[in-house]
Amino acid sequence: MSATQRTGAATRRTGPPFWMAVPALAFFGLFALVPLIGVVVLSFMSWDGLGTPAWAGLDSWRATLADPVTRQAMWLTAVFVVGSFLIQAPVSLLLGVFMAGRHRYRALLSVLYFLPLLFSSAAIGITFKALLDPNFGLSRAFGTQLLARNWLGSPDLALYTVMFVVGWAFIPFHSLLYQAGVRQIPAALYEAATLDGAGRVKQFFYVTLPQLRYTIVTSSTLMLVGSLTYFDLVFVLTAGGPGNATRILPLDMYLRGFRSYEMGQASAIAVILVAVGLTLSLVLNRVSGAGRMESQQAGL
Amino acid sequence: MRVRQTRQVPNVLGGVAGWLWLAVIIVPIYYIVLTSLRPQSAYYTENPLTWPGEPTLDAYRLVLENNFLLYLANSVIVTVVSVALILAVSLMASYYLVRSATRLSRGTLRLVLLGIAIPIQATIIPVYYLIVQLGLYDRLVALILPSVAFAIPISVLIIVNFVRDIPGELFESMRVDGAGDWRMLLTLVLPLARPALVTVGIYDALNVWNGFLFPLILTQSSEVRVLPLSLWTYQGQFSVNVPAVLAAVTLSAVPVLAAYIVGRRQLVSGLTAGFGK
Repeated sequence: MSATQRTGAATRRTGPPFWMAVPALAFFGLFALVPLIGVVVLSFMSWDGLGTPAWAGLDSWRATLADPVTRQAMWLTAVFVVGSFLIQAPVSLLLGVFMAGRHRYRALLSVLYFLPLLFSSAAIGITFKALLDPNFGLSRAFGTQLLARNWLGSPDLALYTVMFVVGWAFIPFHSLLYQAGVRQIPAALYEAATLDGAGRVKQFFYVTLPQLRYTIVTSSTLMLVGSLTYFDLVFVLTAGGPGNATRILPLDMYLRGFRSYEMGQASAIAVILVAVGLTLSLVLNRVSGAGRMESQQAGL
Repeated sequence: MRVRQTRQVPNVLGGVAGWLWLAVIIVPIYYIVLTSLRPQSAYYTENPLTWPGEPTLDAYRLVLENNFLLYLANSVIVTVVSVALILAVSLMASYYLVRSATRLSRGTLRLVLLGIAIPIQATIIPVYYLIVQLGLYDRLVALILPSVAFAIPISVLIIVNFVRDIPGELFESMRVDGAGDWRMLLTLVLPLARPALVTVGIYDALNVWNGFLFPLILTQSSEVRVLPLSLWTYQGQFSVNVPAVLAAVTLSAVPVLAAYIVGRRQLVSGLTAGFGK
C-alpha cells in the first residue's frame, strides 16, 4: 500500500472517505454476498419457490444426497469437468503457441480462430443442435452414415458431444490467453536454446512450457471451475437429456428448483457447487502461489 | 557437422493441425450463414454445405417482424446501464481502497476479492427470491442489479491494480492545492485509469450481453426479453423453420462483430481482462 509514512504528526486521515466504497459494497453485498449466505440457509429450508420458506432441518440434504439422480449428476459432472479439461487444455495450449508464431498465414488464422467468441452460449447451442441433427444436419453434406449418428439424442454419445461443443466455444478464449503468454517469453531464451542445438520439440518442452506455467495455472483454474458450474450451453443443447444423460450438477440444481419446485434440495446442490468450486480455486492458487514469488526471468 | 540453417524447417505438422482446426471453427459458422439464406423448403432437400439454389432473406424478414429489434434494444439497455453502473461504483471503490490505508479498507478489499470465486449459477435461487420479494421480477432492472453485483469483484481487482501505479506525489500535490476527493477522482484517477476502464468495460459488457441464466430465471414476458434468451424462445417458436432460427443467431452476432471490427485490440484485451500475469 502506498500510504503516507506514519509519522507522529501525520494527519489522521490521508485517503478518501469510506462512503466512496459504499455503492459498490451495497450492490455486491445485497446481490452477491447475501445470496451466497442465503443459499446455505435455504438448503435447510423447504420452499416451493412461491410460498414462504419453512424450516426443514436436514431434510433437503438427506433427500438430495440419497437421490440416485443427484448421485448420477455428481458422476457426470466429474466426467464433464475432467473430460472438458483434457479436450480444451492441450488444444488451447498448442493453438496459442501456433498463433504466437510468426508465419504468413498465422495472422489471418488467428482472426478466424477468434470467430466463435462472437457468439453467445445460447447461439452456439442452437447452432450445434441444428448442425448435429441426424436427419438434416451436417451428416447429409458428406453423405456418409459415419456422421449420421444421433449425437445429442443418444444417451451414450450426448455427454461427449456436449463436451466437444463446449470445447468449440471455449478453446478460442483459452488459446488467446496462451498466445499472450507465449508472446511474453523473452526471445533470448529461444536464441540460446537454438545455439545449444535444441530443435523445435525440445524448445517447446524446455523453454515454452516452463515459461507458461502461470498461464497454464490461470487457464486451468478457469477451465475446471468454469466447467464445474457451467449451465448455459448445456441447457440449450440438451436441457439435461436424453433422459438424464447430460444432467450435470448445475442443471440438476436448475431442474430441481425451477421445474420440480424443490428449492431446498436445489440449494443443497448449489452449496456443494460453491464448496467444490472454492476448494478447487484455492488449491490451484496454492499450487501456483508457491511459485509466484520466483522470478519470471529464471535463467536470464 | 551441423550446417547453420538460415531458415527453420517448415513446421508441417503444426501447419496441418492449424488448418484442420480452422475447418472445425469455420464449418459451423459457414453453415449458420448459409442455412439462414436458404428457403425453408430447400432446407430439407439441399446439401447443407452448398450455396442455396435460390438464396432468400425471408428468414431475416421473419425474425425482424418477430420483435427482434425489441430484444436487441432490451439487451442494449441492460448492457449499457449495467456497465455504466459497474464502472462508476468500481472506480469509486478502487480509489478508496488504494488511497486509504486503514484496516477497514484492507478488509474490504479482501472481502471483495473473495467474490471473484463465487459462481453466479450457485446463487441464482436466493437472487430469484430477493428479486421477487423486492417486486422487481420480470423487469429489466431485475437483470441489471445482479449483473452489476457479480461484475464488481473482478472489475475492482483490475482497476485497483491500475490505480495503484498512480504516483502518490500526484495525490499529495493536489491535496496541497486544496482539491477534494471528488475532484481528485474526476481529474486525476479517472483520466489515468482510462485504459483499465476500457478493458473492464468491454469484459463486463460481453458477460452481460451474453448472459443467459439471469434472463431465464428473472424474466418471462417478451417485453423484457433479451437477445440470448430470445434465441432460445425463437427455437420453440420457429421449431421447424431452422433457417429463421439461424438467421436470429446470425443477427445476434452482428453487434459483437461490429465491436470487433471497430476495436479489435481493445476487444481482445477486454476478453482476457484480469487473467494476464
